Amino acid sequence: MEPRRTAASRAMSFTLFIVQILNGLQFGVLLFLIAAGLTLVFGVMDFINLAHGVQYMLGAYLAVMFYTLTGSFVAALLLALVAALAFGLLLEFTVFRHLYDRDHLEQVIATFGIILFLNQGVKVVWGAAPLSLPIPDSLSGVVVLMPGLIYPIWRLVIIGAGLAVGLLLYILVSRTRVGMLVRAGATHAPIVSALGVDIRRLFMIVFGFGTMLAAFAGVMIAPILSVEPGMGDSVLILAFVVIVIGGIGSMRGAFIAALLVGLVDTLGRSFMIDILRLAMAPSPARTVGPALASMLIYVLMALVLYFRPAGLFPARGR
Amino acid sequence: MSMLESAAAPVARGKIEWLPVAIFAVLALAPIACAYGAETYWLGLFTSVMVFAIAAIAVDLLCGFGGLVTFGHAAFVGIGAYAVAIFGAEGITDMAITLPAALAVSAIFAYLTGTICLRTKNVYFIMITLAFGQMAYFVAGSLAPYGGDDGISVKTRSTLFGYAIFDNDRAFYYCVFAFLLASYLLCRALIGSRFGRVFRGARDNPTRMATIGFDVFRYQRVAYVIAGCLGGLAGFLLANATEFVSPAYMSWQRSGELIIMVLFGGLGTLHGAILGAASYILLESVLGGVTENWKLIFGPMLVLIVLFARGGLIGLFGAIKRKLSHD
Repeated sequence: MEPRRTAASRAMSFTLFIVQILNGLQFGVLLFLIAAGLTLVFGVMDFINLAHGVQYMLGAYLAVMFYTLTGSFVAALLLALVAALAFGLLLEFTVFRHLYDRDHLEQVIATFGIILFLNQGVKVVWGAAPLSLPIPDSLSGVVVLMPGLIYPIWRLVIIGAGLAVGLLLYILVSRTRVGMLVRAGATHAPIVSALGVDIRRLFMIVFGFGTMLAAFAGVMIAPILSVEPGMGDSVLILAFVVIVIGGIGSMRGAFIAALLVGLVDTLGRSFMIDILRLAMAPSPARTVGPALASMLIYVLMALVLYFRPAGLFPARGR
Repeated sequence: MSMLESAAAPVARGKIEWLPVAIFAVLALAPIACAYGAETYWLGLFTSVMVFAIAAIAVDLLCGFGGLVTFGHAAFVGIGAYAVAIFGAEGITDMAITLPAALAVSAIFAYLTGTICLRTKNVYFIMITLAFGQMAYFVAGSLAPYGGDDGISVKTRSTLFGYAIFDNDRAFYYCVFAFLLASYLLCRALIGSRFGRVFRGARDNPTRMATIGFDVFRYQRVAYVIAGCLGGLAGFLLANATEFVSPAYMSWQRSGELIIMVLFGGLGTLHGAILGAASYILLESVLGGVTENWKLIFGPMLVLIVLFARGGLIGLFGAIKRKLSHD
């Protein structure tokens, strides 16, 4: 018979649960920063940009480089954002611009080529070994949220920054003129163009903004992840899962789906084995658990698409 | 005109097409040429070209003729490969058992996932096939008794009724050749048949096909199952060729590579898929021999091909032919 759980261990598992929820939120917010740009570019321009993930990676690398040059995190953040924007616009100008009218398959292949190039490129420039970026001193400690519950400040900063960006995006998209054009472009691009709006310029603004958001995510996560080639690939696929669940082109959908995916993935990974042990013996639970936890978000996506083939919040008009 | 629409002219009847004949002639004679060089290396390379060509033909069947861009086809290759590895670990190596098992599991997986995937369209289809591909990938990684994430080696190649017909590299080469030829002819016959015309019609205008009275969904699902089986066949051969199986065979990058191969050769031509697989694998090995940073060259090449060489190698051949006949 299993020993009865003590009050102390129950409190332990409760704090663990809260910590994992916070971790899930932090992961979800990060995914939102990446998915926001992706869904905008996809929704407005009908352009599948697989290279969005390497732009996140590039943001992290640029931050590490500028940090070694300046020694200040804030300066590194700002310089990295500017440099990432410049590089993104260069890519838009030389390659992506010629792909907007092509079909999805061609966009996938061309941007896949850019992934290969940039993943190898950062290896050549910065080496294959993982790099790291220190957390700014004033934000490097932990904070006591509740008795017995401590949490790193930096992760809270990421959550806060992500929510702030979400709010900013909401205001931009729903309250400003550019936002109005973006919303109109997401559903009726040809008509917006016919009304005399320079759609190419709109595309460039949207693209540049998306690139900066991805780079921002890269800079913010760099202190707690190792900065290495290929770090954008897995995040890219997750960001696609997010925008597909949320409904392509929908900012609200991206936000909700990002938090959903972040929470489901994090909680699944921490508690799946325990949940399975309720129903099966410990040893198969330990084998099946991790696999099931990794699959969970894909199962979620398949379920959502089965019942709602255009995502949770389909952008109207398509 | 997009690449999808421009591709796939109906297969002409009665007229011999020389390009596919030439491709198979070269493949049939390659081992003789290999005997004059580093035989094991080149024979192995051409064998894997043909193995991937089978998988690429399957992807071409869906992408090029059905407009169904599948981003999870590596899952089927993995299923076929794991069938060999798992039966092998349990002491069963006879392909009279393992091959039908590989095909059956692929078919069942294709039928179940196809039923769900084919409800969605366009980019949602791309993403949901990716989702199932990823699920298969993680399941393979959790097969702890069969290597888990590290993979498992295949100790003996498959036998046929006890005869070790795959043990000789050259005999194995010709077996793979026969499988490739059979897959190619099967798909070609399929495309030319009434079934193929409905399937192609569903690519161009599903609403119209439905209005005429065809159940588009069922036609697409049958094609999806056939393509899944071909993927499983490729995986079965791949496990025998590399004598090693790992979850990496099912990663999304592998699925992407299959699409690249098809685009390389030219979408919707079937023999283009063979050319594409050959050029992809040969290019990878040649560039990889020149510099370890071969992806710095290969990446921009992909971009240039998309921007300037639409229609792939087949399109290039066509353009050269037109130019010659003009002069």
